[in-house]
Amino acid sequence: MSNGSREGALEGVRKTGVTALFFGRLLAACVPALARPRLIVAQIFNAGARSLIIIMLSGLFTGMVLGLQGYDLLHRFGATSALGTAAALSLLKELGPVLTALLFAGRAGTALTSEIGLMRATDQLTAMEVMAVDPLSYVAAPRFLGGLIAMPLLTGVFIVIGLFGAQLVGVQMMGVDHGIFWSQMQSAIALKDVTEGIVKSLVFGAVLSLIAVNEGYHAEPTAAGVGRATTRTVVASSVMTLLLDYVLTAAFL
Amino acid sequence: MADSQSTSQSAAESDTVIDVRDVHYSIDGRPIFAGLDILVRRGLITAVMGPSGTGKTTLLRLITGQIDADRGRVSVFGREVADMGRAEIYATRRRMGMLFQNGALLTDLDVFENVAFPVREHANLPEPLVQKLVLTKLEAVGLRGAAQLMPAELSGGMARRVALARAIVMDPEVLIYDEPFVGLDPISLGVIMRLIKEMNDVLGITSVVVSHDVHEIATIADYSYLLSEGRVVDSGSPAELAASDSATVRQFMTGSAEGPVPFHYPAADYATELLGAERG
Repeated sequence: MSNGSREGALEGVRKTGVTALFFGRLLAACVPALARPRLIVAQIFNAGARSLIIIMLSGLFTGMVLGLQGYDLLHRFGATSALGTAAALSLLKELGPVLTALLFAGRAGTALTSEIGLMRATDQLTAMEVMAVDPLSYVAAPRFLGGLIAMPLLTGVFIVIGLFGAQLVGVQMMGVDHGIFWSQMQSAIALKDVTEGIVKSLVFGAVLSLIAVNEGYHAEPTAAGVGRATTRTVVASSVMTLLLDYVLTAAFL
Repeated sequence: MADSQSTSQSAAESDTVIDVRDVHYSIDGRPIFAGLDILVRRGLITAVMGPSGTGKTTLLRLITGQIDADRGRVSVFGREVADMGRAEIYATRRRMGMLFQNGALLTDLDVFENVAFPVREHANLPEPLVQKLVLTKLEAVGLRGAAQLMPAELSGGMARRVALARAIVMDPEVLIYDEPFVGLDPISLGVIMRLIKEMNDVLGITSVVVSHDVHEIATIADYSYLLSEGRVVDSGSPAELAASDSATVRQFMTGSAEGPVPFHYPAADYATELLGAERG
């Protein structure tokens, strides 16, 4: 192993350790943070409500593409009646949680990292420390909890709008029977499929919020440092989403 | 005799609010302090002066327990900071107020809420009382009318005055000022100086002012320390420092580039580098 790759591996291990320790401290800080529900609600609004438009638009177009592609594929086998089931399974198990997570990383994750990073750069976190207020429980924990709660809600919205989009194309444009579209879906979807989507969105919510808060909290307190931290948030979040998606899918099979 | 000696010693100790003794501290192997000794007495304005990069802000971080010294000890209110647990450090910090160089106001709260922040976090007071308390402090810094403005709408001087109101809202025993005079217009400068002096005279607050503005410090400080290269090079009242024979003190007081405190960052020989660049 060359010196460079050994140092790279060591740095990787060190960073993982630092993040794990930070996660432990963050979880401990969540307890006092629960006493400030106003802050958590504000962060659910920031991470959730402010991401609604992008989530709804993306959900609609994803559903519409599913309707088109699904119809084209199923038509070849004479199975267009299964379009509702195919769209629902794709959205519930994969596209809903994964695309919402990727959009969350780009919209809410970057906002979290840059906000906390700038608070660090402008001494706001230090000022809190000096005023005997723990910035972990006042700044980091509410943002973590806000992301954790917002992600499953956003995923739910994405899936519902996606189904509407698939129905719009499949039923309204391509002429699949309305009753068959919904009844096939209803009879084929099991609770396990819904659970898979919920578990995935919760895990993505926890991991992506942790990445965003951690990167912001430990950002170098300069303009370039905050920029780099924001980039790292998007890259790490995207890779972790796809990696965890594989692991969770395998676990649910 | 022995009794009277120990009594006067304990009186001196009880009079001491901050005691920094033989402190060594380095960042990434670069020594910031090498045997620093500073004593802050109750009810006085103590100034810590020194050229940029002498670790004045690091000293404040040591005093507030944000970092620990590599060697030596830092005591605040008679207790060594390194021995304090998190809860005790937080309890100690509640007895102190700190004014940051850039104000460090919380950008998502308006002026009123910024000043109310420590009260809401630490004191369970009824809302009308919080209102009165915050307005009183804002009035003291002349910004009662700006209560509803956001930090982004304030000038640098106004932000620092709001930060000062926030620092005094919990009636601290010690107020620490980090470069309070930097970048202020003459009126703001005069107001901040007057406020520091008044808070010391009227409320009896012990003040630590870290600054390199010699003339302003000379007007308000009771006792000054001059730092250079990680240690105290001289200390005394402003008049004593002004009359000092020390070359370092003279250089600092007169603002000369020539003297024991190097103006230039260590570098290779000027002529060699210039000629080298020409050849390269």
